[in-house]
Amino acid sequence: MSGVTKPKIQIKGIREGLLVTLGEGGWPDLVEALTQHIEEQAAFFRGAKITLDVGAHALKAVDLGSLRDALSDRGVSLWAVLSSSPTTEKTAQILGLATRISTSRAERTIRSHEPSMGGETASLIQKTLRSGTKVQYPGHIIIVGDVNPGAEIEAGGSIIVWGKIRGAVHAGSGGDEKAVICALDLSPTQLRIAGHLASGLTWGFFRRRGKPQPEMARLLAGKVVAEVWNTKIK
Amino acid sequence: MSGKVITITSGKGGVGKTTVTANLAVSLALSGDRVVCIDGDIGLRNLDVVLGLENRIVYDLVDVVEGRCRLRQAMIRDKRLPELHLIPAAQTRDKSSVSPSDMVRLCDELKPETDWILIDSPAGIERGFRNAIAAAEEILVVTNPEVSAVRDADRVIGLVESEEKGPAKLIINRVNPVLTRRGDMLNAEDVLELLAVELIGIIPEDDHVVASTNRGLPISLDGKCKAGQAFTNIARRLRGDEVPFLNLDEKPGLLGKISRLIRVGGQ
Repeated sequence: MSGVTKPKIQIKGIREGLLVTLGEGGWPDLVEALTQHIEEQAAFFRGAKITLDVGAHALKAVDLGSLRDALSDRGVSLWAVLSSSPTTEKTAQILGLATRISTSRAERTIRSHEPSMGGETASLIQKTLRSGTKVQYPGHIIIVGDVNPGAEIEAGGSIIVWGKIRGAVHAGSGGDEKAVICALDLSPTQLRIAGHLASGLTWGFFRRRGKPQPEMARLLAGKVVAEVWNTKIK
Repeated sequence: MSGKVITITSGKGGVGKTTVTANLAVSLALSGDRVVCIDGDIGLRNLDVVLGLENRIVYDLVDVVEGRCRLRQAMIRDKRLPELHLIPAAQTRDKSSVSPSDMVRLCDELKPETDWILIDSPAGIERGFRNAIAAAEEILVVTNPEVSAVRDADRVIGLVESEEKGPAKLIINRVNPVLTRRGDMLNAEDVLELLAVELIGIIPEDDHVVASTNRGLPISLDGKCKAGQAFTNIARRLRGDEVPFLNLDEKPGLLGKISRLIRVGGQ
C-alpha cells in the first residue's frame, strides 16, 4: 500500500463549515486518507462541521454510517453529503444528512427578483419517507407516499404529499411566503411556512379521530392556516 | 443444508429482542433443528442470562474474533437442548471490538454445521446494529404497540431497506388486549399501517415471561401459556408454515378491534 499515491483531498471553507471534496480512488482508501488527514491536523478539525463531496461513489447506509462515526470519534461532525450518485443521495437522506448546501449570496439575490412562476423546479419522490429521513430541495417537493413521524422535509417551494404528513415539514424555507403545504392527511409533528411556525397543532396518536380530509396549509395574514381542500381556494 | 442467518433487532431498547431471540431459538431447537444464537450486545450481554447459561461462559464472541480461541470453544451447549448453542457476547469490552466483516466471516464458518443462526442485535442504530445485520439474510424487527417503539422501528426498517437486505418482518411484542380495547394502546393495525411491513408474530404481555427471563428458563419450553404459544407460532412461520395469529382477546367471540387484529395478519 505504501507505493500507491494517496488520494487527494481538497478542503474549502464555506458558510456551513468545511467542504471536503474527495478525489479519485477506492472508497476504503479515501476513508483511510481522510481519517489520517484529520488525525494529522487534529487541532484544525476539532469541532468542525463537514460537508463531504463524494463525487460518483455509490454508498449505502453501512459505509456512510461508519464514516460518520469515525469522524465523530475524531471530534468532527458530518453534516451533509454531496454526490452525483442517486444511491448516495438516498442513503444520506435516510441517515438524516443534508444533501444540498445553500447557494452563494450572489445567486440568491438574483433569484429573489424572479417572478414566482418562472424557472420552477420540483423533486418527485415516489415512496414513503420513514423516520429519520430528511429531504431538502430548493424548489418544490412532491411525495407520492407518506411522511412518517420522524421524517423531515425542507423545501424552498411548496410541499405536496399524496399521502399522510405525520413528520416535520417546512415549505418556503428560503423565505417564500406564498409556499403551501398540501396532504391527503395533514397531521404533522411540526409545520412551518417561510419563517412562521404553525401553532395549536394537535398531533400524535391521540389526535382527532374521524376520516382525514385533504387539506392545504398556507400563510394568511402572517399566520399558518389549514383548510380542507376545495377548488375555490386560490 | 446451510444455515440461515436471522438478525433480531428493534432500534428501541427493552422491547424484547433478547427474549424473542432466546425463545425462537428454543422453539426451533425443540422442533429438531440445529440452532446457534449469537449475542451481539457486546458490553451489555443478556442472552446468556435469559437462556440460563451465564455460569458456563469460558470464551466469548470477542475472544473468537481476536483469535484467542477457536469458534467451537466459544459455543456453549444448552442445558436442556443438545442442538442449541450460544456464542455469548463479551461483557468487559464494547462494540468497537467487532466489525461487520468479522460477523460475516463467523457466520460463514458456522453455516455448514447448523440450520439457523440467530443474532441478537443491541439497541440503537450504530456500530452494534451494523455488526448485527452485516451477515443477516433475514431481519426481524421487534416492536411494542407504543408510539416511541414504533417510531424507532420505522427508522430501523428504513435503514434495513437502504441496506438492501430485503424487507424486514415485524414482531409486535407485549400486546395488552385490555389496554388496546380501551384505546390506551396502539392496535396492530395502527402499527402495521405506519410500518408497512409483513407481520410475522404478535406476542401478548404475559407475566410468565418475567419469571422465565429471571430464572433463565425460556418460556417456549412450556407451550401452555399464550406467550409461549406465540413464540412457537413464529418459529413455525420461519420454517415456512402458515399459522393463524392467536386470538388474544380474553372474551372469545367479542367483535371489534381485537377480532380485526386476527384478520389483519391471518390471511
